Amino acid sequence: MGRALTVPNARFKPGDRVRVRMEDRPGHIRTPWYIRGKTGWVERVHGEFLNPESLGHGGDGLPKRPLYLVAFEQPEVWGAYGARRDKLLVDIYEHWLDPA
Amino acid sequence: MAKAHDEDTHEHPKHELSPIAKRVYAIRELLLEKGVLTEDDIRRQIEYQEARSPANGAKLVARAWVDPAFKERLIEDPKAACAEMGIDATSINEFVVLENTEKVRHMVVCTLCSCYPRPILGRPPDWYKSFNYRKRAVNDPRGVMREFGTVVPDDVEVRVHDSTADIRYLVLPLRPRGTEGLSEAELARLVTRDSLIGVTDPLAAPPA
Repeated sequence: MGRALTVPNARFKPGDRVRVRMEDRPGHIRTPWYIRGKTGWVERVHGEFLNPESLGHGGDGLPKRPLYLVAFEQPEVWGAYGARRDKLLVDIYEHWLDPA
Repeated sequence: MAKAHDEDTHEHPKHELSPIAKRVYAIRELLLEKGVLTEDDIRRQIEYQEARSPANGAKLVARAWVDPAFKERLIEDPKAACAEMGIDATSINEFVVLENTEKVRHMVVCTLCSCYPRPILGRPPDWYKSFNYRKRAVNDPRGVMREFGTVVPDDVEVRVHDSTADIRYLVLPLRPRGTEGLSEAELARLVTRDSLIGVTDPLAAPPA
């Protein structure tokens, strides 16, 4: 999936198990509801990007936040899901993730 | 029934702008009035937006099918591979190409809005932005694909990408069987927009 990216201050590396924070707060958020509280693993470190939760409200987006491709087993997300091998992959910023 | 129909017709006269359209025109007038943009800037931007089309994605895929070294570069550094083909992908923050194999296939959605690799594919189709697709693509991708006429065998893993952030995804579909004799240009014609989003396969080889 493309060249490996190195983010010096990244908290997680590919293979690490992570849980998405179960937070509810107002404002511009890029972490979908359905994935909050779910456990998966880091597939790829995408890089560092301006924080959309700041940009969305006229801020400068700094400091940049590491962004991860996080994979989930479909049955972990939805419970009832037929094809057990299928995966759901979501791009999630570091401050939404805890080690699991 | 007739009454309801009449009311419906009268509620949405075609000559009246929607509130959003009115707002957009008002903002445009202000930007022109204050000298932030010129009419020429706007015209050029419209031309740029309309020039981008799935043909760009089809070109990339067809080249990748005929040239393994290009395919490697496309997956390794998609933006550089686009530049090589004369496609401007610089407005994308980070671009990822998802390669389908016999055992794994990918599908792309943006459940939060309508994130889409516009420089490569142009504007997204209406269904891509619909609540129905955005909701069901993540929890019933096989059912959605079936509605597009694509039946995925049980032993193939389906990987749905929800592009929620700065990454834009393009699916690199499998080359259809029986296309060995086709030229790159002929192959490009088999690569449909929907196959680049991942909900269908490319078209089958034309009968010999």
